[in-house]
Amino acid sequence: MTASAYAPPRAMPVPQKRRRRAPGIDLITLFAVFLVLPLALYVTFVVWPLVQAVGYSFTDWGGFSPTMNFVGLRNYQQILTDPTFLIAIRNNTVLAAVLPIVIIVFALALATLVTVGGASHGQTKGLGGAGFYRVISFFPYTIPAVAAGLMFTLAMDPNSGILNGVLTRLGFKQFTSFPWLGDVRTAMPTMMFVVIWSLVGFYMVLFIAAIKGIPAETFEAARIDGAGRFRTAVSITLPLVRENVQTAYIYLGIMAIDMYVYAQMLFPFGGPENSTLVMSQQLLTTALSQSRFGMACAMGVVMGLMTMVFAALVFAVNWLTGGRDRVTMG
Amino acid sequence: MSTSTDTRTIRRSTGLNPSDRAVTVSAHAVLLLWAVLVIFPLLWTLMSSFKTNTQIFASPFQLPATPALENYAYAWTEAGIGLYFFNTVYVVGFALFFVMLFGAMCAYVLARYDLPDSRVGHSIMRGIYYLMLAGLMIPVFLAIVPLFKQLQNVGLLNTKEGLIVTYVSFALPFTVFFLYAFFRSLPDEIGEAAQIDGANAWVTFFRIYLPMAKPGLATVAIMNFLGLWNQFLLPVALNTNRDNYVLSQGLAAFSVSAGYDVNFGAQFAAFVITVTPVLVVYVIFQRQLQGSVSQGTLK
Repeated sequence: MTASAYAPPRAMPVPQKRRRRAPGIDLITLFAVFLVLPLALYVTFVVWPLVQAVGYSFTDWGGFSPTMNFVGLRNYQQILTDPTFLIAIRNNTVLAAVLPIVIIVFALALATLVTVGGASHGQTKGLGGAGFYRVISFFPYTIPAVAAGLMFTLAMDPNSGILNGVLTRLGFKQFTSFPWLGDVRTAMPTMMFVVIWSLVGFYMVLFIAAIKGIPAETFEAARIDGAGRFRTAVSITLPLVRENVQTAYIYLGIMAIDMYVYAQMLFPFGGPENSTLVMSQQLLTTALSQSRFGMACAMGVVMGLMTMVFAALVFAVNWLTGGRDRVTMG
Repeated sequence: MSTSTDTRTIRRSTGLNPSDRAVTVSAHAVLLLWAVLVIFPLLWTLMSSFKTNTQIFASPFQLPATPALENYAYAWTEAGIGLYFFNTVYVVGFALFFVMLFGAMCAYVLARYDLPDSRVGHSIMRGIYYLMLAGLMIPVFLAIVPLFKQLQNVGLLNTKEGLIVTYVSFALPFTVFFLYAFFRSLPDEIGEAAQIDGANAWVTFFRIYLPMAKPGLATVAIMNFLGLWNQFLLPVALNTNRDNYVLSQGLAAFSVSAGYDVNFGAQFAAFVITVTPVLVVYVIFQRQLQGSVSQGTLK
């Protein structure tokens, strides 16, 4: 695997297929079934709804009436002046600013610890027991977000939860019956913690795989040149897993702009003073409870645009900080 | 990828010097702390699932004197987790089968064939591939409202079959994306040899290339299993009939609607019932997954 393996729209060379005969009936049926069937499904249930969503966002469609009127940008105007939706946008922005960077830093740090421990001479060996840490770390990722939300709701219960139990036992008496999910100061950080707990392990495993893809000789050479562990991590490992970090950053951004499951499980009503309300919750309320489908579609478009802006920012930052000088391994 | 670790067999006799030891010990300390942070809430939840409400409120630390198995009975029957469990098995089972089949078929054709002799044909194939790729980047939320309408039109709204169709469609991009890279890496010669021996295109796929893609298929299947088993948004929006709930929905409904008469023990038990099958699948297949996770997101 090379560090430049991730390349969005980039034409790959397609090897010339040698075909000496005219396509037989088997080939025609193969194309018909193998390509058309999955594609039909994908277009019907993914692509077409996406296109429709953009169209509906300019109408006052109520979902049940067969007719609708074109209202131009009125939906957008309304949601972008609606104080509640603005709070949701702000919350998603905070989440998108904090979660990806925190999760990636933790995941990279843990992955580095697993891979660079051991002797500083001879071949790179990695830490003993690395497999154990890797398997354990992946556990939270296998737990449904709904279940993780439920577990932490119970664990952070003011009176019967284990968190306050441990804290008070350690002598922090101010946490007796402290409502972690009910206090406006702690609600958002608590939700972030649950997401971090759930996802760090997955990205850690991903980065371990990427770091292991770097040839041992590269580390060896750095070491002979006198680079210490920290220097190696910053100057060798990080540039070589740069593309992996970029991919992870974009996935995490998409997640942070969605956030539905975590927000809904921990704070079905938006949290104290709407401090954890996210756009996706507002979207579903608008669509399913208020039957304002046109407006809900506009919210979806806003979310889609935010995702694109986020991805563009990540690409731009990567480019400006030196990602254009592709580091590759020969 | 594994060669770099396999070759690390030369061992100097000098062992660890003091600074190495310090680094190794602190690395273990940090990682152990992290492992505890992961495991501890899970173990506490498991323990609490055997406690009665009274015991839960008495102390979060106390071990249950006798395991309160009635929690599991309550969660399984009264809270409907049993029904939701079988619904989930049904929906995820069929969706997984079809997404793997369709995904493999589509990826195979895109990776190994071109439309005959024309630049246009080639562009069409690339176009389809990028259309699939785009599906990876777009938030599901954007599509949810029209999707609701779409399923209503074909009479699949609030049905398990409707969920299956939706799951397959939304898991398709990832599956195609991953398997595309895999099918490309397989050699041409074997297929050509099979064709000279008289195998037609169908036989070549099902008897030659599909079996060769087994490692890739296994990895994608596990990732898809995790993703689909844990799916929440699609069922919440598209499947509001209580009899057709999947586990994640049931769990959410149970925890929210318990009202004033909350059976905490049963909530813990419901968590254990939901999480255990996924953890078991993961522990059995984790070797398959290690190392190949990155390929899926990078190629």
